[in-house]
Amino acid sequence: MSLKAKLGVLLGVVYVIYASAQLDVTLARFIAGLGHAGTFLNRMFPPSFERYNLLIKGLTESLEIAVLASTLGIFLALPLGLLGARNLMPGWASWPARAIVAFCRALHPVIVAILFVKAVGFGALAGVLALTVASIGFIGKLFTEAIEEISLKQVEAVRATGASFANVIIFSVLPQVFPRFIGFCTYQFDSNLRNSTMVGIVGAGGIGGTLFSAFQRFDYDFVCAILISIITLIMLGEFLASVIRRVFLENLTVTELFKGKPSAVSVTKVQS
Amino acid sequence: MSPDTVPQKSRAWVRYSLSQRVVRFIFYFLFVAVVVQSIRQIEVIPEFLLDAPEQMADLFGRMWPVDWAHYSGSVHDALIETIHIATLGTIISVLLAVPIGLLAANNLTPNRLINTFARLILVSSRSVNSLVWALLFIAIFGPGPLAGTMAIAFRSIGFVGKLVGEAIEEAQKGSIEALISVGANTGAQIQYGYWPQIKPAFWSIVLLRWDINVRESAVLGLVGAGGIGMALDTALNLFQWDRVAVILISIFVIVILAEVIITRIRQKIL
Repeated sequence: MSLKAKLGVLLGVVYVIYASAQLDVTLARFIAGLGHAGTFLNRMFPPSFERYNLLIKGLTESLEIAVLASTLGIFLALPLGLLGARNLMPGWASWPARAIVAFCRALHPVIVAILFVKAVGFGALAGVLALTVASIGFIGKLFTEAIEEISLKQVEAVRATGASFANVIIFSVLPQVFPRFIGFCTYQFDSNLRNSTMVGIVGAGGIGGTLFSAFQRFDYDFVCAILISIITLIMLGEFLASVIRRVFLENLTVTELFKGKPSAVSVTKVQS
Repeated sequence: MSPDTVPQKSRAWVRYSLSQRVVRFIFYFLFVAVVVQSIRQIEVIPEFLLDAPEQMADLFGRMWPVDWAHYSGSVHDALIETIHIATLGTIISVLLAVPIGLLAANNLTPNRLINTFARLILVSSRSVNSLVWALLFIAIFGPGPLAGTMAIAFRSIGFVGKLVGEAIEEAQKGSIEALISVGANTGAQIQYGYWPQIKPAFWSIVLLRWDINVRESAVLGLVGAGGIGMALDTALNLFQWDRVAVILISIFVIVILAEVIITRIRQKIL
């Protein structure tokens, strides 16, 4: 290792020791915690699905929150993303749009959910609105970036035919970004599904509320059941998202959908 | 196929075949059906919705004037604690995630069983939200920043491990084969073959995750896992909206600062 790398590692170690001291992280607490972990895991198994009514109700509500928030978010992000693209829009239009999108992205969904709980009261609506804001922030930003990367040749070609502005957008801009757009949307649905299981912790509907109260009442076997259901739901959501991506990006036919087709394009990677 | 064997009628060009259109239609239809069903099912209390603008006005009215004096009181310390939680959590997660990432990469660990097992760990880490991880660790370590740090670390394992694994799988074979041909062991292959190739990707993954962790650690306190979220929770429970405003503004500033910092570092090292 070079001297620089050694210095870096040394600095890292010093920081870890300093930060641990600041946070009151000690070995004794850690070891004590491992004992608790044993008891905790012991009480989690076997998971109890006794109150499945509550579980199913919470999961459906989470799913509904995710669906509505994604739909609303996508519809609102489309015009904002388009307005924000600096290669198509004048500065006076793109700056406000970019500012709105950046503002939506800056605050964590849970914090936004707290504010909406105050505004529209406890329940699923607050969750839907909070996740809509998060979706606008994410899709709006990526959509703007996708539009800024398009080839302007097609835009010019369509413009040269005397097309109106709306036609230029519909026939030369949107077809170029459509595949990436499908990628963002399915990713955002996935991410909304994850977050919709959590906004309930602050009272914004979904399974999160049930999970939080189960934690507070030390019903760890029910907690385990909820966690298993959430993970299953999220994995199902991921599977569905990958099917949707393949239907729209690889143009599957009916038979290919059911019999399977070797995936030609690797699933569009989107970093969160 | 020569043109004359094709019946005249079907020569009109269509973008998608009938079957492809049917599949698309099915998905559009399902989408609309699910949205309609969700709108009908979801509980919306109209009175609360109509009340919303008034409530919002009330909210901002209570937030103003912002209680700036509160910042030097407890918010500043909580903010520093939040940054420590995010940074320490990121360091721990990197230490835990890199070995799992190495095991998940098929070209470095040519064993399907180990790969699948490593990927399972990564998927479960990502599927559980950081707030839920925090709840689990509070049950284990008790409330406080230790639980928050572990929550951040465990939530990040999936992200860092997955991306590191993918970066390794995308590495060029040339230099690694050269190393194998001179008899280098796995350690040397990683150090001289893979590391230089994945180095830029590695640092950008770590920086990106740190940025995300700063955001996430700001809310962990809502369930009792330390950081500025605890101050936020207290202020919310006591309806001290002027203090809530200070805390929200400081979170906003720290998030923006984190983004500026990682952009700067990235420009410098990449």
